[in-house]
Amino acid sequence: MTNENYKSIDTDLLIIGAGGSGLRAAVEAINSGVSVTILSKSLLGKAHTVMAEGGIAASLGDVDPEDNWKVHFKDTMVEGVYISDWRLVEKLAKEAPDRVYELERMGALFDRTPEKKIMQRAFGAHTYRRLCHVGDKTGLELLRTLEDKILHSSNVKIMDEVFVTKLIKKNDKVIGAVGLDMKTGEFIAINSKSTIIAGGGCGRIYEVTSNSWESTGDGIALAFDAGAELMDMEMMQFHPTGMVWPPGVRGLLVTEGVRGEGGLLYNTKGERFMLRYSPQKKELDARDVVARAIYNEIQEGRGTEHGGVLLDISYKGKDFIMKKLPGMYMQFKEFAGVDITKEKMEVGPTTHYFMGGIKVDTETNSTNVKGLFAVGEAAAGVHGANRLGGNSLADLLVFGKYVGINASAYAKTANLEKIPEAEIKDEIKRVSEFINPNGINPYSLTEKLRKTMSENVGIVRNEQNMQKALSVILDIKKEYKNIGVGGNLQYNPGLLQCLELHSMLEISELLVRGAIMRKESRGAHYRSDYPKKDKKWLKNIVFKKNEDKVESSTFLPPEMPPYLKEILPEETYE
Amino acid sequence: MNKEVKMNVYRFDPNKDKEGKFQEFTVPVKEGMVVLDAVHYIENNMDPTLGVRWNCKAARCGSCAAEINGKPSLMCKTRVDSLGDKIHVAPMKAFPIVKDLVTDVSRNWEIARKIPEFTPKKGLKEPWQIAEIDVSRSREFRNCIECFLCQDVCHVIREHDKDYIGPRFMVKAASLDTHPLDSINRSKFLHEEGGAGYCNITKCCQSVCPEHIAITDNAIIPEKESIVDSYYDPVTMLFKKIRGKHGQ
Ligand SMILES: Cc1cc2nc3c(=O)[nH]c(=O)nc-3n(C[C@H](O)[C@H](O)[C@H](O)COP(=O)(O)OP(=O)(O)OC[C@H]3O[C@@H](n4cnc5c(N)ncnc54)[C@H](O)[C@@H]3O)c2cc1C
Ligand code: SF4
Ligand code: SF4
Repeated sequence: MTNENYKSIDTDLLIIGAGGSGLRAAVEAINSGVSVTILSKSLLGKAHTVMAEGGIAASLGDVDPEDNWKVHFKDTMVEGVYISDWRLVEKLAKEAPDRVYELERMGALFDRTPEKKIMQRAFGAHTYRRLCHVGDKTGLELLRTLEDKILHSSNVKIMDEVFVTKLIKKNDKVIGAVGLDMKTGEFIAINSKSTIIAGGGCGRIYEVTSNSWESTGDGIALAFDAGAELMDMEMMQFHPTGMVWPPGVRGLLVTEGVRGEGGLLYNTKGERFMLRYSPQKKELDARDVVARAIYNEIQEGRGTEHGGVLLDISYKGKDFIMKKLPGMYMQFKEFAGVDITKEKMEVGPTTHYFMGGIKVDTETNSTNVKGLFAVGEAAAGVHGANRLGGNSLADLLVFGKYVGINASAYAKTANLEKIPEAEIKDEIKRVSEFINPNGINPYSLTEKLRKTMSENVGIVRNEQNMQKALSVILDIKKEYKNIGVGGNLQYNPGLLQCLELHSMLEISELLVRGAIMRKESRGAHYRSDYPKKDKKWLKNIVFKKNEDKVESSTFLPPEMPPYLKEILPEETYE
Repeated sequence: MNKEVKMNVYRFDPNKDKEGKFQEFTVPVKEGMVVLDAVHYIENNMDPTLGVRWNCKAARCGSCAAEINGKPSLMCKTRVDSLGDKIHVAPMKAFPIVKDLVTDVSRNWEIARKIPEFTPKKGLKEPWQIAEIDVSRSREFRNCIECFLCQDVCHVIREHDKDYIGPRFMVKAASLDTHPLDSINRSKFLHEEGGAGYCNITKCCQSVCPEHIAITDNAIIPEKESIVDSYYDPVTMLFKKIRGKHGQ
C-alpha cells in the first residue's frame, strides 16, 4: 500500500538495529515462526559490531581448564563494581559458552589451540584466558555469520538505510515505528506487534571516540521518548588505548588484545608506569584503572607531544604480531605510517562503550513499555559501572537469543494495530521541517556538544565542570529548535545529523544529570570531588519521562541468593 | 605539504539533475588527512547535503568505497598527501547511483542469498575439533569487508552485469568451501549459476582489494580448478576435496 508520502508495512516483530544483538535476535525470532522486519540506518553488514576486535568472553576453559561460569560471574560483578544486576550476569556467565559453540555451528571459524579447541586470549581483569577470537576481527566474523544465516532465511525482511525517527504508541503499547528510507527519501510506517530496540551505544556524544558514525544513541532516545526507563546513564567507558595521531584517526581503537598478547605501556620517561598504579594486574587491570593511569601520566607531563603514552608490542617479533594482531599492524601502517613490529604505538584514552541504557526485565528483556524490548549496548544492567572486554559480544549473543524468544512469544499473543494516518503525517511534517536552508548548521551544534562533553564530563569529573556542561547542553537544546539544512529528504547527511543531534542531546543531558547525582567514584565514573566509593550509592539511578518531565529514582536488584554470594567476595569500602 | 587541496566531488541529485558533474571545493589539509576527512570537511562546513556513505572510518566496515582519481579505493584509507593537489572523487561505476557518492549495492544481497550456505557434515561430535592449520586456509577469505570495490573494477560485471556473481562472491564461496567441516560442493553452482567461466583472470579485482586478499590467485583460480575437476574428473575432485580439508 503506498500513500503519496509514505509506505506501510506490517510485521509481527520489528527489530531496530542490525548489529550483533539485532541479528542474533532475528535468528531466534525467525526460528520461532513469526514474521520479522529488521531496520538499520547503516547498510546490512556494516553495523558498529563489525569493528569488534578482541573477542567474545566465555568460560569454555579450552586454554585454562580452571575457568568456569562462576569465575566469569565473579569477574564481571567485581569489575562492574557491584551495580550490575546479578540476575543478568548469572545468565551471561552461564550461557556464553553455549552461544559461542552455537555461533561456531552456524559457520564462524575461531582461532584454535594445538588440541583443536577454541583458542582463548587474556584480556583486562579476566582471571583466566577467556576471549574466543578470530585474530583481531572477531566482530566481523560474528556479524557475517549471523548475516549469512538471515540472508538464507525466509519470512524476514531486511531494510537497511532506513532511519527510524519515532516509536508510535497506542494505549501505552508500542504499535510500530516511523522511519525515513534514506536511499529514496520516502517515509515508511511499520505496524508491528512487538518491537526490539537493538540500536547500539552513543560514543559519538564525545569528541574522541572509537565508535562508528551510527553510535549516537538513537535507540536509547527512541525508547526514552516512548516512556521507557533508562538506567546507569552516568556510566560511560573510556578505553585506555585509542590512537592519538594523526588527527583524522584520533580515538580509533587499539584493541586490548595488544596488551592481552603482551603489550607494555611506557611514559616518555621510559617508565613502565602501570607497575606503579597496579602492581598486581599491571597493563591488564580493568579499563577504568588503566585509562585513569594514562590520563594521569599525560596530565603530569609524561605524555607525548600529541597527548598520548607509548604501547610496545614490537619485542614479540614480526611473525607473532602478524598472526595475532594483523588488523593492528595494518591500522598503524596505513593510518599513521608506524610499523608496530619495530616501533612503539602512541595511544591515549578514547570513549568506547556505554554501560547505561534502557532498563530491561531480567527474565524477558522487555522494557516497562508494553510491546517494547531492548538488547545489546542500548540496554543496561549487565555491565554496571565498568564493562569487561569481550563481555559485550557475549551479551549480544546471550541476550540476543533471549530477546528474540521473548519478543516473538509476545508477538504471538498481541494484535496488529495500524498506526493512525494522522500520527504518521505529523511525524513526516516534523522531520521534513528540518529541511530549511536558513537553519543553524547541525554540525556546528554537534561539535559544540561533543567538545563540551569531552572537556567536562570525561574520565575525571567534578561538580563545577558538570554544571557547566549541563548549562551548555540546555543552551544547545534551545538552539536546536532552529537547526536545519538545505537539500531534500534523500540521502542527506545533514538531515540525519539533525535527527541524531536530538538523541545525542537527550542522552548527554541524562548522562550529566546522573553523574551529578552520583556523589561518589565507582568504576568508570570518577569524581575528583568525591574520589571514594560510597556505600550509599550501591544502587542504580533510573530516569523516566513522564509527559514532558524527567523523573529520577533509584533501583536495587533483589538480594543475591546464597549460592551466588558464596562466589563473590564481599564489597569493601575504605 | 600543500596547505590546501582542490577536491572535485561528483554531484548528482536524482530529484533535480539529469546528469552528474564534478563540483570543486577547496579544503585545508591537515597532517595524515584521508579523503574521507576532506569529504567530511566539505559536509560540515560547506555543504551538509553532500551524500556520502561511511560508518566506522577505520577501514573495517567497507562503506566508503569510491573511485578516487579513477582508482576504486576506500575513502577512509586513502591519504590526501598520496594524491597530489587535485583530487577527483566519484561513486563506484558498476552500481546504480543513488545520490552524489552513494550507490545502490543491494544487488549484492541477492547474490549472497543464492550462494549455498555453510552446511556442516552430519554426525560431528560436539564441541567440534578443528586444527588451526585448517582454519588458516579459510582465514584470508573471511577478512572480506564487503566494500565491493572488486565488484566495481571487474570488467565482466561492468559489461555483462547479471551473468557473473563477481569476485566478492567467488571469495565468499571460497570461504565456505575451505571451512574444514563444510560438507557441500559449490562447483555446480559456481559453474551453472555463478557464471565463474566468464572470469578471465585479469586480476584487476585482486589489485584493488583493501584487505589484500589474493582474490584471483587464492579464491578464483582454485575454484575454477575445482569446477573443471568436478565436471570432467569427479574422482580427482573428490580426492582433492578430501585431501584439501584433512590432509596437509
Ligand atoms: C573498535 C571496537 C572494538 C570492540 N571490540 C570488542 C570486543 O572485542 N569484544 C566485545 O565484547 N566488545 C567489543 N566492542 C564493543 C561491541 O562491539 C559493541 O558494544 C557491540 O557490537 C554493540 O552491538 P549492538 O548489537 O548492541 O549494536 P551495534 O552493532 O552498535 O548496532 C546498532 C544498530 O542499530 C542501528 N541503528 C541505530 N540507530 C538507528 C536508527 N535511528 N534507525 C535505524 N537503525 C538504527 C544501526 O544502524 C545498527 O545496525 C568493541 C567496540 C569497538 C568500537
Ligand atoms: S580476475 Fe576475474 S573476477 Fe577479477 S576482475 Fe578479472 S575478470 Fe573480474
Ligand atoms: S574481496 Fe576485497 S575488494 Fe572484494 S569486497 Fe571483499 S574486501 Fe572488498
